[in-house]
Amino acid sequence: MNRICQSLLRPSYRIPAALNGGASASAATTPGSILCRFFAADAATGAAVDKATMDKLVRTNKVVVFMKGNPQAPRCGFSNAVVQIMRMHGVQYDAHDVLQNESLRQGVKDYTDWPTIPQVFIDGEFVGGCDILLQMHQSGDLIEELKKVGIVSELLKAEEAKQQDDKAK
Amino acid sequence: MSKYDSKYLEEKLKRELQTEYVSVTDESDGCGGKFSAVIVSPAFSGKTLLQKHRLVNSTLSEELKEIHAFSQKSYTPEEWEKVKAQ
Repeated sequence: MNRICQSLLRPSYRIPAALNGGASASAATTPGSILCRFFAADAATGAAVDKATMDKLVRTNKVVVFMKGNPQAPRCGFSNAVVQIMRMHGVQYDAHDVLQNESLRQGVKDYTDWPTIPQVFIDGEFVGGCDILLQMHQSGDLIEELKKVGIVSELLKAEEAKQQDDKAK
Repeated sequence: MSKYDSKYLEEKLKRELQTEYVSVTDESDGCGGKFSAVIVSPAFSGKTLLQKHRLVNSTLSEELKEIHAFSQKSYTPEEWEKVKAQ
């Protein structure tokens, strides 16, 4: 598995032009970074983001991550772990930095009744934090969950390509 | 900083969740802000991964207000046997 992971950390991911157009979204542009839209601060302060807003936020993409820092510069080991897992699976996702927005930080915690950040949503459903994502990654369940929403994991593709190779030999 | 230590957390989890095995490690060099835990309890039976973690979070809801980082691996006794065999 490690060999597969390493082979996926190649600098071949590119950002489609369509993703670069959003007003509040800035896409990753560094070479080797994974496809992802990063939503920076709207500098909101005051009350926690309400449920109706959260309902929309968690559905802006098939996979949405609330984290500390952004995917290019995570500012917490647990958030970093989630970013690395997403990268290995080649998942395109939306990321929100809760450190830039206290209302969002409290809003997402209230929304899920979950005490910690990062928090990962697939198809609008709360999946879990770092521990759960790591465990799903290790068990293979993450590949299955991604498949349900039409995302084919890069790890699965690599596995299948390897099987094809083996057959051909 | 928190006023909790590994032993306190282990005893609380053991008491509340009737754990068959519980091991809490202080990863904060003693300041009590960061722990990781392995928890084995029949209370997890039939629960999804998310539900297991929620059960632990709610058991330690007061403590987690002060503990900055808490990482858990939560297993049913059956799952734990498989993990140990690996």
